Amino acid sequence: MLRKIRVALAIFFYVAITMLFLDFTGTLHAWFGWMAKIQFLPALLALNVGVVVMLVLLTALFGRVYCSVICPLGVMQDIFAWLGKKAKKNRYAYSAEKRWLRYIMLLLFIVSLLAGGGILAKLLAPYSAYGRIAHSLLAPLWQWGNNGLAYLAERADSYAFYGTEVWIRSATTFGVAVATLLIIGILAWRGGRTYCNTICPVGTVLGFIARFSWLKPVIDTNKCNGCGLCARNCKAACINSKEHRIDYSRCVACMDCLDKCKRGAISYRRAVVKNHQQPVGDGTATQDSLHVGDTSRRTFLATTAVATATAAIKAQEMKVDGGLATIVDKVVPDRQTHLVPPGAWSARHFAQHCTACQLCVSVCPNGVLVPSTDLTRLMQPEMRYERGYCRPECTKCSDVCPTGAIRPITREDKSSIQIGHAVWVKKNCIPLTDGQPCGNCARHCPTGAIQMIPSVEGDKRSPKIPAINTERCIGCGACEHLCPARPFSAIYVEGHERHREI
Amino acid sequence: MGLGTAAGAAALCGCKRKAETEVTGSELGPVPTDKMTCRRFPGLGDDNVSILGYGCMRWPTMPNPEGKGDIIDQDAVNGLVDYALAHGVNYFDTAPVYVQGKSEKATGIALKRHPRESYYIATKLSNFSNSSRENSLAMYRRSFEELQVEYIDYYLLHSLGGGGMDNFRKRFVDNGMMDFLMEERKAGRIRRLGFSFHGSQEVFDELLALHDQYHWDFVQIQLNYVDWHGSNAKGLYESLEKYQIPGIIMEPLLGGRLSKLPDHIVKRLKQQRPESSVASWAFRFACTPELILTVLSGMTYMEHLQDNIRTYSPLVPLTEEEKEFLFETGRLIKQYPTIPCNDCKYCMPCPYGIDIPAILLHYNKCVNEGNVPESSQDPKYREARRAFLVGYDRSVPKLRQASHCIGCNQCSKHCPQRINIPRQLHRIDRFVESLKQDTL
Repeated sequence: MLRKIRVALAIFFYVAITMLFLDFTGTLHAWFGWMAKIQFLPALLALNVGVVVMLVLLTALFGRVYCSVICPLGVMQDIFAWLGKKAKKNRYAYSAEKRWLRYIMLLLFIVSLLAGGGILAKLLAPYSAYGRIAHSLLAPLWQWGNNGLAYLAERADSYAFYGTEVWIRSATTFGVAVATLLIIGILAWRGGRTYCNTICPVGTVLGFIARFSWLKPVIDTNKCNGCGLCARNCKAACINSKEHRIDYSRCVACMDCLDKCKRGAISYRRAVVKNHQQPVGDGTATQDSLHVGDTSRRTFLATTAVATATAAIKAQEMKVDGGLATIVDKVVPDRQTHLVPPGAWSARHFAQHCTACQLCVSVCPNGVLVPSTDLTRLMQPEMRYERGYCRPECTKCSDVCPTGAIRPITREDKSSIQIGHAVWVKKNCIPLTDGQPCGNCARHCPTGAIQMIPSVEGDKRSPKIPAINTERCIGCGACEHLCPARPFSAIYVEGHERHREI
Repeated sequence: MGLGTAAGAAALCGCKRKAETEVTGSELGPVPTDKMTCRRFPGLGDDNVSILGYGCMRWPTMPNPEGKGDIIDQDAVNGLVDYALAHGVNYFDTAPVYVQGKSEKATGIALKRHPRESYYIATKLSNFSNSSRENSLAMYRRSFEELQVEYIDYYLLHSLGGGGMDNFRKRFVDNGMMDFLMEERKAGRIRRLGFSFHGSQEVFDELLALHDQYHWDFVQIQLNYVDWHGSNAKGLYESLEKYQIPGIIMEPLLGGRLSKLPDHIVKRLKQQRPESSVASWAFRFACTPELILTVLSGMTYMEHLQDNIRTYSPLVPLTEEEKEFLFETGRLIKQYPTIPCNDCKYCMPCPYGIDIPAILLHYNKCVNEGNVPESSQDPKYREARRAFLVGYDRSVPKLRQASHCIGCNQCSKHCPQRINIPRQLHRIDRFVESLKQDTL
């Protein structure tokens, strides 16, 4: 019975959290958005004290049910393990705790985190690891399915579904997601919760608490005949059936053993705490190493400028009717400072809090958020305006962010948060290069920060060029995205280290 | 386009399957092959022209299997041309610039498979962008090669009117092309010489006043029941009557806008003649004046061709009551704020990649379907907003939408309907913005 409850809850959480990453329309977040926010590490980073206390209490009362129900990476491993068990029954065996490995991983993780959200922290954090898998590998499938429905809907003259663009935002992040899935998937297939009990920092912290939990599975030595069936079905490899002992720091309270035992020797109840000697956690002694990550940020690895397609429209002998001019793809400008979304406060606050779960990337309807390829903030999202711009009515990333890296803001807040400012690039500006009147940047600036002025002072008939009032500019990128100059825009947004209110 | 082709194909299959039990699967009976109304005029010799003329501006296209862009679906063109000829259509109107410059060749290939004397071929001198004598001559000669013919039956100076008489003189008089073309007519390589017209009454009358000098065999004008009173179609026709020059009608349907009408107009037309198509009214109107030689229709789909053949086999001229009824209908249609785009694609390609006709057509579609809300307080606002925005992304790729129009205005001068295209695109863009931001 307990096991069935656990399985039902786990499926519910797992499906709902996965849907958060798949639902690009953003409707499900109103219902299940909280599920991302009760994830342990995000809540800790968001300084969401209530949630952290609740999770600690939950673990202190019931053991690591968090790992079995709430953590999507944990449930995903259970799915792999379940498949593995179908291939071979009774496949597990007890193994001793690799405590030194667990504490070293935890220590490295904390150091990495304090150092400003280093790569290791992002790689190890379980929820974020799952987020990347769901976003990079499952979301495209979902979107293709949606596009299929949209295709049919279009033919049926229905607006129930609309198409969405499927694209890989960053090859690195995609690669990391594939590698994570492969490694964790194989580990889970073969040995169950190996990752959770040797590497996962959240597992180690919660395991520490779970040793002393109020309720836990306990073996009744009077009933137990030492058959070892429980141990051979324990995906956490934590039941020492010979000595009738369970390592509660690794037990994820899955309740499988309760059902497996034919003699009913295992029950979930209060237990008298055995006098295990615990080494005092050594994870808190590293506070002083708070140095900020390397600031040489913008070495874009992949700015391979496609210079081939410059002369897109060949001068034609005869102007014929119809046809579409080729549109050259835009190229990412080389920014001094990268852009993070409004609500992030500052590049530093963002880097320290973001665990690169890709939830914001999944919900961004404008294709603006893209995981970075810069090594210092690998996989953390940054903003690019090649596919769209940060639209004034949208606050989705700030609504969904579970770690507080992007703080919740309203539409009104957004209109007054300056995340960067526009910079004009004279050599690309169409009125000067093509001799055509333009002003598309001024026409679309939501804050009216751009005016068109004659390029020659005093000559009102000279081509008009944009004059940017940087004080009014919020850095949304409408000008950059809608600039007709390609592949390099004649106006682009330079990021601000710290956002300001205007 | 793909949608239409698919639907068209499906409809055709449907017909075939049914044919076993019901005669051609239709209540209307078979499409007549020998009842097409034809017209003769004293000035045009023995020419006996079907009143339905085939406009070759909208040939079916398909994606180029070798990469980018679209190519003409030659098999489909052949099928349409064969069917048209078999049912009495004998006038084919093309131009060097149509369908990205591919229309003449495709039309030539299809017609070459039939005896030369079984059809009349019309093409034009579209020397808009470069009106030098050299370029104009090259364009003229190229038409013969593309069409694979020894002579052209009806040759038109393409689109006079815009730019006034100055433009006419620049394109045809100063470079000596008028003299050249009259010589060609004498030599028989051009059988009839005329011009197509989009412009004001004054310019039209000035051009007709040159009749003594040039002897216009025919003139092509835009005429339909919406334009009749409001713009100058009536005046243009009366001028033709004065000189007794036969007229050819283009845009009888306003690029399909007179077949895609709002529901209440469709209801109104159907109540009068429940078994006739909405489009048939416009075609009957266009051919009721007696000085009309033929009415051009750019038929992409077999169903349109069949419907038009029915309408004109034979023509049932409009009664006076029906005319009044149509004029009233025209007034009702005009109240609808659609943009008068006929999807002729003369404005394309936009050098900045905008898909102008697709944007305007989407807007018109939404106007007709009631999906252009006036304010967020409209009772159907939510549904209309979704339909407009989702439909917009479906009809026009994001990078080709109105927000990317820089207002360079290179397009407007090509528009025969005189639409101020950048102004309309910017207006639509502002509307889209207010929908997206929910500030309508």
